[in-house]
Amino acid sequence: MAILADQNTRIMVQGITGREAVSFTKDMIEYGSQVVAGVTPGKGGQDVHGVPVYDTVFQAVKKHGPEASVISVPPAMVKGAALEALFNGIRLVVIVAERVPRKDTVEILEVARSKGAVVIGPNTLGMINPHTVKIGMAGGPVENVKEAYMPGPVAIASRSGGMTTEIANLLTAHGIGQSTCISVGGDPVVGSNFLDLVPLFERDPETRAIVLFCEPGGVIEEQLCELVLSEGIRTPIVAFVAGRFVDEMPGVRFGHAATIVEGEKGSAAGKVAKFKAAGIHVAEELGDIVSILKGVL
Amino acid sequence: MRLLEYESKEILKEKGIPTPFGRVISAIEKAPPFPVPCVLKAQVPAGARQKAGGVVIALNNEEFQYKTAQMLSGTVRGYRVNKILVEERIDVLEEFYMGIIYDTVAKSPVAIFSPQGGIDIEKLAQERPESVHKRHFSVRHGLLEYEAREIISLAGVGGKRLVALSNILALLASIFLENDATVAEINPVAQTRKGTVMALDCRLEIDDDALYRHTDIQRKSRDPDRTEGGREKSSFEEKAAEIDGLDQRGVAGRLIEFDGNLGLIIGGGGASLTAFDAVKRYGGRPANYCEIGGNPSVLKTKELTKHILSKPGVEKIAVIMNVVSNTRVDLMARGVIKGILETGRRPSETVAVFRVPGAWEKEGFKILSRYGVEYCDRTVSIDEAARRAVEKLGGSHPNRK
Repeated sequence: MAILADQNTRIMVQGITGREAVSFTKDMIEYGSQVVAGVTPGKGGQDVHGVPVYDTVFQAVKKHGPEASVISVPPAMVKGAALEALFNGIRLVVIVAERVPRKDTVEILEVARSKGAVVIGPNTLGMINPHTVKIGMAGGPVENVKEAYMPGPVAIASRSGGMTTEIANLLTAHGIGQSTCISVGGDPVVGSNFLDLVPLFERDPETRAIVLFCEPGGVIEEQLCELVLSEGIRTPIVAFVAGRFVDEMPGVRFGHAATIVEGEKGSAAGKVAKFKAAGIHVAEELGDIVSILKGVL
Repeated sequence: MRLLEYESKEILKEKGIPTPFGRVISAIEKAPPFPVPCVLKAQVPAGARQKAGGVVIALNNEEFQYKTAQMLSGTVRGYRVNKILVEERIDVLEEFYMGIIYDTVAKSPVAIFSPQGGIDIEKLAQERPESVHKRHFSVRHGLLEYEAREIISLAGVGGKRLVALSNILALLASIFLENDATVAEINPVAQTRKGTVMALDCRLEIDDDALYRHTDIQRKSRDPDRTEGGREKSSFEEKAAEIDGLDQRGVAGRLIEFDGNLGLIIGGGGASLTAFDAVKRYGGRPANYCEIGGNPSVLKTKELTKHILSKPGVEKIAVIMNVVSNTRVDLMARGVIKGILETGRRPSETVAVFRVPGAWEKEGFKILSRYGVEYCDRTVSIDEAARRAVEKLGGSHPNRK
């Protein structure tokens, strides 16, 4: 079933009456995701594309038993919304909101760990298991998702939301389908990074190869190399490292908050070298992802 | 955002962490505010100031005068020095390191302590990892006092110093959490000959995304003296930032200037990095880096196009984005075409490549073909689009493998 969710996963949207949420709720429903409830305090009793809106998560859970929640509320309210979901037993929380204070993210993740729940994001577009389920904004309207994604054996995890779809599209164009595609989020601290996801992909019988879209900054890629060796990860991994020019401009932040090279830490070149030493395939160009996958599948 | 040393020390003092006696000056004064010798510390948001001449000692009033004058007229690590922190000189017996950061792997705050203070902690962690002691703690409960004592006692420090240092470490952890810091570091924290333990230097970095709940710090962040990374924005980059501020719809303007002939209108975050790398790999010379996303208005795209084309030496532009789902291809196309027309150029000769597939692409491609602009659909990769753009400029591609 790929990982984390399938067509039967009951999904709730917190902040469902917001402009963006109204739009991606429609896209999710049309793709076949089971959106069972929405929550916006003060707007209980309304509905969005036929999805009933409640004032509290407690009410939504009691009535519909959602297992997953998409959080699309202003940054200052994300912590409150995520804790409300976690304390009401939600096991998969996808935080699409951006600019969430780091302390709030860490606090959400501390509670999630104690509850055994999985968090994706913040600052993520969400995830897609092709032709099965889509949680969040990834891929956009249903016709676009269907054009770019198709089911198959390759998992994608990407530090860039847009590049999640770009890579899926590239694979689809070459007849290679995807199992689970996750935009992990562009912040330095995210709920599910490569270190969390690669072991899940390793255990997933449907996933036979993994593509990672990496950027400079942080130490997650470097740590992944150690994890691959120490855990004996056998699923082939293909990594693409964007932003090689960033190495020449230390201290300048590009795009995502996490994309910054500080001193010798987090450089693109360093990541590439470590990947190679750990037996992870490195695609020099995007197109190389396809040829490498064809060799390992 | 990085606070200046004296701003950080004010926060320490409020919390009860001892710091040397000091005063901030911003103009040349005849005599120091207290008897010499004293320490002059340039207040710039950067580290390793000592090596850059940003920390000096004045032994007499004459030295004080000319050294402050020299400092105030110069730069340290690329920053103009507008303020100097004048401090009493402390007689140091021993120096320690303490810091709090977020561990992005453990997703938790971590307290770090080393009995070897005063030097770069990352270097120390590499060279002598056994002398760097770490402990994760709960962001909800903070660093408890016993936890602070355990770290310092494990580092082999005992007696009165253990008590004083662990108090300071626990206070530093509360400062870190209460101020939404991403880095809180006291390096060194020193044991003085007089028997007290105090913070000689301090670095606090505050989470930009949390500034809204720290209005006093937010006010400081608007101070024009603080430029990101010591790299001042060029007027070309500033104009682009103004364009991005024209309305709230999407992003079109986060721009970094380079010295080339190919203007780039690229997005979103990850695809911009990918496209820029690809242009360079094929031997192209980008005139700029930028990031477009979130469905920017036609107005912003138009103005950004004009702005990039106005840069001397820019011959053509390449428009490259990942497969878009939120940003509309037709609006991008309209913005780019309008911008080119307003500069009096011909779109068909100015656009080296237009590769933005996805939402509303049919409508977008229709607009482009009306002006004879060559566009690429999703079957053309970002790399291939970059290669075509470079080729159109007659660029060689020596790095082509």
